[in-house]
Formats: sequence, C-alpha cells, structure tokens
Amino acid sequence: MEVLVPLPVVVPLIAAAALTASGHFLGRRADDIVGIATAAATTVISTLLVVRSLDHDLVYWFGGWTPRQGVALGIAFDVEPLSAALAALAGALTTASFVFAWRYFDEVGTLFHVLMLIFLGAMSGFVLTGDLFNMFVFFELMSVCAYALVAYQVEAPAPLQGAVNFAITNTIGALFILMGIGLVYGRTGALNLAQVGRTLEGSKPDGLILVSFALLLGGFLVKAGAVPFHFWLSDAYAAAPIPVCVLLSGVMSDLGLHAIARIYWPAFSGVLAAGTEELRALLVGLGVLTALVGAAMAFLQRDLKRLLAFVTISHVGVFLAGVGLLTARGLAASTLYVIADGFVKAALFLAVGILIHRAGSGDELRLRGRGHRTPVGAFVLVGGALLVAGVPPLGSFLGWSLLVASAREVGYGWLPPVLTVTAIVTGGTLLRSAGRIVLGWGDEDDPLLTAEPPAEEEEPQVAESRLSPPLLFAPALALLAVGIGAAFTPGFGARATAWALRLQDRPTHAAEVLRGEVPPQTPPVPVHAGMAPYAYGLLSLAGAVLFALFGLYRRRLPELLRQRAGRLLDPPLTVLKELHSGVVGDYVAWLTFGIAALGGLVAVLIR
Amino acid sequence: VSYLPFALAVWIFLVGLYGVVSSRNLIHLAVSLNVAQSSTYVLLLSVGYRERGTAPIFADVPRGTRAVDPVVQALTLTDVVVSVTIMGLLLALAIQAHRHRRTVDPEELRALHG
Repeated sequence: MEVLVPLPVVVPLIAAAALTASGHFLGRRADDIVGIATAAATTVISTLLVVRSLDHDLVYWFGGWTPRQGVALGIAFDVEPLSAALAALAGALTTASFVFAWRYFDEVGTLFHVLMLIFLGAMSGFVLTGDLFNMFVFFELMSVCAYALVAYQVEAPAPLQGAVNFAITNTIGALFILMGIGLVYGRTGALNLAQVGRTLEGSKPDGLILVSFALLLGGFLVKAGAVPFHFWLSDAYAAAPIPVCVLLSGVMSDLGLHAIARIYWPAFSGVLAAGTEELRALLVGLGVLTALVGAAMAFLQRDLKRLLAFVTISHVGVFLAGVGLLTARGLAASTLYVIADGFVKAALFLAVGILIHRAGSGDELRLRGRGHRTPVGAFVLVGGALLVAGVPPLGSFLGWSLLVASAREVGYGWLPPVLTVTAIVTGGTLLRSAGRIVLGWGDEDDPLLTAEPPAEEEEPQVAESRLSPPLLFAPALALLAVGIGAAFTPGFGARATAWALRLQDRPTHAAEVLRGEVPPQTPPVPVHAGMAPYAYGLLSLAGAVLFALFGLYRRRLPELLRQRAGRLLDPPLTVLKELHSGVVGDYVAWLTFGIAALGGLVAVLIR
Repeated sequence: VSYLPFALAVWIFLVGLYGVVSSRNLIHLAVSLNVAQSSTYVLLLSVGYRERGTAPIFADVPRGTRAVDPVVQALTLTDVVVSVTIMGLLLALAIQAHRHRRTVDPEELRALHG
C-alpha cells in the first residue's frame, strides 16, 4: 500500500521523460494521449491516497531511511487526506487542461506536454512531502515549469512581461524560503517537519526562530499572491495560455497557503504557541486586505483573463483568512473552499478559452453581445459567475459554512460580513461580464476599465467552418459539474475538520511520523454553522446581481450621486491601479517592503 | 559563532536586490538575481561550518575527525542547480525579448498594467 505514495510524483516525471525522448517522432496526438492518460492516472492514484490515508497518515521514507530512535535522517513523504486531495485536484485540472488543449491549440509542441507533466509531478510532490528542503526543491521545480509555461506563446508581448515578472518575484520568494530553511536547520539540525517541531518544542521564540518563520511565511505568500506580494500574479495569469491558467489559478496559488499550514502546525505551532492570538490577527488581516484589493482590482478590468487573475487574488485572501483563523475548522474550510473553487475557476478560465476560440476575443467590451456564438461557453461563464457569488448549498458553500463557524469559534464575528462584501464584488464583476457578453447589456464603453494593451496582432482567426468541438466544451462542463457537486459529499465537512485536527495535533503527529505510532481515531467534528451561512450566501448572491447591474448601468445613475461617489472613490482606485505598474523593479521593491514589514510585525507581535 | 558570515549573506542579498529593483536591462537583471541567490550559498555554508573541521569525506581520516556539516553542502549544490536553471530561463527570455521586441528593457517590454 505504501508503494502508492511516491507515484503521483514518479508517474508524471517518467511520462515526461519518455515524451521528451520519443515525442518528436510520435506526433501531436500521441503527445496529447500520453498527457491525458498520465494526468488521469495521477488523479486516480492521488484519490486512492486520500482513501488510504483516511484513518492515519501514510509515511513513506525514501530509500528505506526510516528514523532510528525517533531521529529522522531520511526524506519522507507524509500523506494526509487534505494534502492528497489537493494533489488529486492538481491531477484533475491537468487532465481537463490536456483535453481542452486538444482542440484549443492549433499547433503545440511536445515541450508543452512535457512541462505540464513535470508541473503536475512537482505540485504533487510539493503537497505530499514532509521535509522542508524537499519542499523547496519541488517548489522550485513547479515554479520553473510555470515560468516556462507562461512564456509558452512568447511571440506576443504580454507573455514575455508576465513570465519575467513571475520568474523574478517568485525566485526572490524562493530565496526567502531557502534562507528560512537554512536558519531552521542551523537551529534544529533537522529538516523533517515533525522533527523540527519536536526540537523547537519548549524553547523560547527567540529572534532566529521568528526571523526564519517570517521568511518562510513571506516566501510562501509570494507564491500564494497575498498583498503586497501579489503584483506578479495578474501579469502572469493574464499572459499564460488558457490551459496553463487553469492550473495556475485553480491550484498553484493555493498550494502556497497549504504549505504555510503544513509548516506552521507540525513545526512551529509549539514554539509560537504563546503568540497564537497575534499571529491569527496578522494572517486574517492580511487575508482580508488581499481579498479586498483583489476584488476592487477585478472590478476595474475588461480583459477576462486579467479579471479572473484578480478574482484569484481575492479568493487567495479568503483562503488565507480561513487558514489564518488557526483552527481545525478554518483549515478544513480553506481546503474544501480551495477544492470546490478550484474547479469553478478552472471552468471559468476554460469558458474564456472557448470565447477566445469561438468568438475571437477575451475582452469583455469587444465581446459585448457575442456570447450567442458559443452557447456552452456562455452557460459556463454565467454558471461560474453565479457560483463565485455563492449559491447555497452549491459549490464552495461547504467551505463557506465551515469558515463562518470557525470565525465565530474564535470571536471573529466580523469576518464573514467583510468576506461577503468581497464575494459580492467578485461575483458581481463576473456577472457584469456575463451580462455584457451573453445578453449584450450595458454600455459599449466604460472609461473606468483598464485600457486594452495596444493591439498589434489581428484578431485570432475564428474557425467558423469547424463544428463545435465537444473536446473544447466537455472539460469546461465537467469541471463546472464537479465544482457544483463538491458540496454534496455527505459528512465531508465534519470529516475534513477531523483531518485538519489530525494535522494540527503536533505531538501525536510527531509520534506517528518519527516513531510509527498509529494515532487514535479522530471522530468527525459536526459543522454547527446554523442558518447564518445560508443568509450570507443569499445576501451575496442578491448583492452580486445588483452589483452587476451597477457595473453595467453605472453611468445612468443620477448625475449628483455619480459626482459624489466619484469624488470619494476615484482617487483610491486610481492609486491602486497605478501601483500595478507592470514593471518588475517596482514589484521587487514591494516584495522587499513586504518581507521587512512582515518580519517586523512577527517580531513585535509574537514575543 | 561569528556573525560575520551572516552579515555578509545579508549584504550580498541586498546588493543583488538593489540590482534587480533598479535594473533597466534583462541580462543585468538576471545577473543581479544570481548575485542575490549567491547570498544563500554563504548563509547555508556558514550554518554548517565547524571550527577546524575538514571536508566531510570520511575515506582516509581517523574515526571521530571533526568535519563540516555535509547536509548543508548538499543543499548548496541543489541551490546552485536551481540558480543555473533560473539563470538559463531568464537569459532565454532575454533572447526572445530581443528577437521579438528589439529591446531588453523591462519597462519597454511592459504590455499590461493597471
């Protein structure tokens, strides 16, 4: 049974190597088939790992280097259900991307498939590993693949800029992580997370520990795209090819947050226990800020990919707030939210891809009233927009209920209303686009929205002659269906909370990893959220519809009202837009400021 | 423990960052990033340094000889591989930028903002 554990990494890597060796002789369709088969197999293996790890972690020591007398020298994969579920999500989204790419790309080389498969293997390894340095290696592997994939259509100007900004900022983020790892190793002499936690246990949180924690936190927040580390994200996601966006937005961003959870609880929760309250305030505050900035910026976009990139940032903020509550329910909420929302966002990106392919543009204003050219694309766009706004009890509602319950548990009753506002703005913005594209509503132009990049290439050829290719539509519909259905797994919320508790129970977890002691069963924890999540959900749905109408017909509001509101809102929105300058030097300056501020806050708050 | 190597690592990192922030040339940018990355070699190696320790090769030395920590050396080697990969990728992007846009200035490459 343990033999399954390394397979989500090994299978895609071997397939990628085989494709590199033989793909050029086999031709495009063979590459596609190998890609789809490998990704699907990886999904199945990761799902099996979820099932196998329901009762206890699966700990796999590479090369048989098991710990002696509770001291780990080898490198371990430590599989628990939440991580394995994220690996399965990565596999499922990769499969959908490959199926979509079958018809989406007119020409694509073997390199694309190879990079996608390595990307998948690296993501799986990143979530499954229980070792700090191993985590860094998979982090870099997944990042390098992502940079190259963003730059895949390198002839256009945007991918170059996106890839350069992405590569530079994320490499510096990785340096933060590496320095953090170096300092942790210097203090503990250990790289295994459970071992680090056991060594740090009982010591005082001195400067070295705080600095290394802040560096690790900051580095992973760069990958997640939390404010002020988020600037690269919108440039990269707007420039990447659609099948790549699906992976970046659907799962990669969220892996950064999961890494924070996997580092905090096994390794740092003991030594930082006295500062739990303060750390909670810091993380939730960052999450709320990110959610608000992402939502506001999304509203100002007309390019659908860039719009969705900012929606991604906003959602990362929500997930960060969920993890940052530092409760089992909060962690479970975030993970369930990530999974359901990952499918929905992936479906939305595919809908944009279908629009680009069938209606010739990915720009909201240019597409006005053109949605009828692709009924399926329009359907997925509307459905996804509604799900982002929140349709109880569908989609990410399960995660949302847990989040509400968790916020109440720790006295953060103000959090759900604030996050509802961000859901209204993000959902409303997507509904605005859907209304304009599908129904042709709203004005033809809107000066508030970010101007299009200077168009130099003619509009892509719209293939009229072809029949509607089902391979283009099927993955989008399937992802949307899974996203909707995610909420209907019975008892999922209660069980996910129990898994989160298992991850957070540091002594038991350490005994399991280092001494192989099988932990006692954790019973499911009932959700107990009451009716409040439904109320918030309905509120955000209604609010989003109204907000969409506002976005469409803003300029028909009475003159007086518009002037007042304009005077109040224009300056901050203009400044916010200016900050997203697209120049990598500015982004790195923000990064430096962010890590310094984070370090300062951690040092001041947690002592 | 001397703090000098740690101060040196911070200094190299900041110099590299300054180069990245102020750069108007993609090749210069890539090299600056590489400089910043070099700081991690110094940091990792100084973490594993033992006073009067030899290289961690245990073939021809008596048992119990003091050696520096081999783990951080392995980490540093991995780090070098990573930095070469990033460097290669960035230089490839610089070539593409020059070929398609006739510039290597990140500000002139800017297509999206706001």
